[in-house]
Amino acid sequence: MTLTWYLVLAAILFTIGAVGVLVRRNAIVVFMCVELMLNSVNLTLVTFARATGTVDGQIMAFFVMVVAAAEVVVGLAIIMSIYRTRRSASIDDANLLKY
Amino acid sequence: METLPAEGLLASSWLLIALPLLGAAVLLLGGRRTDRWGHLLGAATVVASFVLAVLCTIQLAGLEERSASIDLFTFISTGELDVRAGLLYDPLSAAFVLLITGVGSLIHIYSIGYMAHDEGRRRFFAYLNLFVAAMLLLVLGNSFVALYVGWEGVGLASYLLIAFWYTRPAAATAAKKAFIKNRVGDVGLALAIFVMFSQLGTTSYEGVFGAVGTLAGGTVTALGLLLLLGACGKSGQFPLQAWLPDAMEGPTPVSALIHAATMVTAGVYLIARSAPIYDETPTARTVVLAVGAVTLLIGAIAGCAYDDIKKVLAYSTVSQIGYMFLAVGLGPAGYVAGLAHLYAHGFFKAGLFLGAGSVMHAMNDQVDMRRYGALWKKLPITFVTFGLGYLALIGFPFLSGYYTKDAIIEAAFDRGDVWGYVLGGVAVLGAGLTAFYMTRLMLMTFFGRARWEDGVHPHESPSVMTVPMIVLAVGSVVSGFVMVQLFPLSSWFEPVFGEPEEAEHVIAPLTIGLALTVVMALGIVAALLFVGRREVPVTAPVRVSPVTRAARNALYADTINESLFMRPGQWLTRALVFFDNRGVDGAVNGLAATLGGSSARLGRTQTGFVRTYALGMLGGAVLVAGALLAVTAG
Repeated sequence: MTLTWYLVLAAILFTIGAVGVLVRRNAIVVFMCVELMLNSVNLTLVTFARATGTVDGQIMAFFVMVVAAAEVVVGLAIIMSIYRTRRSASIDDANLLKY
Repeated sequence: METLPAEGLLASSWLLIALPLLGAAVLLLGGRRTDRWGHLLGAATVVASFVLAVLCTIQLAGLEERSASIDLFTFISTGELDVRAGLLYDPLSAAFVLLITGVGSLIHIYSIGYMAHDEGRRRFFAYLNLFVAAMLLLVLGNSFVALYVGWEGVGLASYLLIAFWYTRPAAATAAKKAFIKNRVGDVGLALAIFVMFSQLGTTSYEGVFGAVGTLAGGTVTALGLLLLLGACGKSGQFPLQAWLPDAMEGPTPVSALIHAATMVTAGVYLIARSAPIYDETPTARTVVLAVGAVTLLIGAIAGCAYDDIKKVLAYSTVSQIGYMFLAVGLGPAGYVAGLAHLYAHGFFKAGLFLGAGSVMHAMNDQVDMRRYGALWKKLPITFVTFGLGYLALIGFPFLSGYYTKDAIIEAAFDRGDVWGYVLGGVAVLGAGLTAFYMTRLMLMTFFGRARWEDGVHPHESPSVMTVPMIVLAVGSVVSGFVMVQLFPLSSWFEPVFGEPEEAEHVIAPLTIGLALTVVMALGIVAALLFVGRREVPVTAPVRVSPVTRAARNALYADTINESLFMRPGQWLTRALVFFDNRGVDGAVNGLAATLGGSSARLGRTQTGFVRTYALGMLGGAVLVAGALLAVTAG
């Protein structure tokens, strides 16, 4: 059953992304891991669209891409400005917002 | 009794109350500007009230029904409760109005001299005017609510005047004591008014007395007992008698006007006014009798032991009002006798207090009779007027006290049963004790050796003080004869208490009169033997019999009150405060502290590390997904 392989691949990609977000310190890498998670979801959506023969999943995937593009624009801008003030792209250094 | 709307001068009898009230307002609001002439205004308003009262009463005497109502305005109107403020001018209120304004005028005039050197003279006259206005409202009101307003007004004025020298701790304490004891009684009166409204829907005399016959027996008895509680508080009767002697901390004119002649007789007025209620309830009436008899003896016994001239007179007042309660407790037979005694007492006791004030004035405000003596030569006018008041009080034949006390004792014996003999016997015994303690007072004050403190030079008071004393002395001599023989009070009060019925005498009046005279003479002789024959020590002997010690402590009334009511009250208060602090406050504060503490602890989890938050989000998402799977799979 080919559907299973696609889904397993998507799950592996999602897990790599999630673990990356949790364990990496570099903001750029964390960001790329987030993208990985989004794309694994896209893969799932497209797989099911193909399996059921409808286009709903594919449309959804386009939406995710649009949102991801917007998110990258904003996120990279934030990372840039943090890097300029702190001379560091480590997300553990931006820890002032707490109790 | 038919009550017609007032016409002519009677229609403006509200001025009786308004005049002193205006005086009080001007003096209190005018401030220091009125210092120079304030006392004159204060006295003038009361004298004007007296003149108006005389004219009104003359007009009232000419009316066929001898009763007039004056409707003023709507006082309270809410739902079913509709209280109209109005006045009732009938023989009973007229008698009180004349007493209050008459004796009030004399005492206001006396105070001009007595308070001449006091800084607070204006304040004194303002309070005195306030008192007269409130007292007039009390006796003129046509409903129990109006009476209650006046009742509270005189309580306030009494409090202010007892604490007139408020820098003295004793005066401040005495005022608080009087106020609190009065409050105990006032609760009774207030509850009685609530009962009237809930059961009858009205509080006017006309409505209540007209419908009281339709009430259940228990309700009427409750009404009678509640009214009696109110009367006991105001009149210093057992078990609320202990405030009256302490109230002597106020200036002497106050003791004369408020705590002898007028305010403390308000209880007698209340019971006499509520006669239709007591007619329906023999139980409550019996309690009135018991209260009167017990108080009569307590007052007389305590009066024998005190050395403070004003306290002796105060206990004498307690005792004499006991006589009045005894009389009004006897029912129709006693009302007129009680009120006659009230009138006579108003004269001679006010005169005695003014005399005591004059003596104190001469002795640098000394009140201890052990430091008096031999004053009759130095204060001749005071001595004569005081002596006449004394003779009237002990019931010397053909002076006022003789007639009125005689009438009460006769009425007591006329009950005919065992209780009649007991009450009559108590009253006769009380008369003997009265003669004893008053003779003791006379001997210690005016006779014997001079035991004055150094630097005291007694002098007779100015005429502005002696003239009121002379007028009151004349009143104490003739009022009994006038009220009993010349213009019998019983026919004057006929519209209120009905036609006087000829009582069947159990013991011939002459016998009672003779017995009374003999007992009085015995009292005088006893006083001469115990006090007059020996030198009076300057300090009170310490080694005395238990009886004397009990009498000196006023039969331990204060001790009983303290251990029975005050201490448990304090314990209860402390327990409540503890419960409030630890229980109620503890629960509220504890809840707040728990929430605050846990939120502080929870806040620690917010570390500022983005990856921790991300883990939280992931964990949450996994949980939600797991839950969804579990639900769909299950």
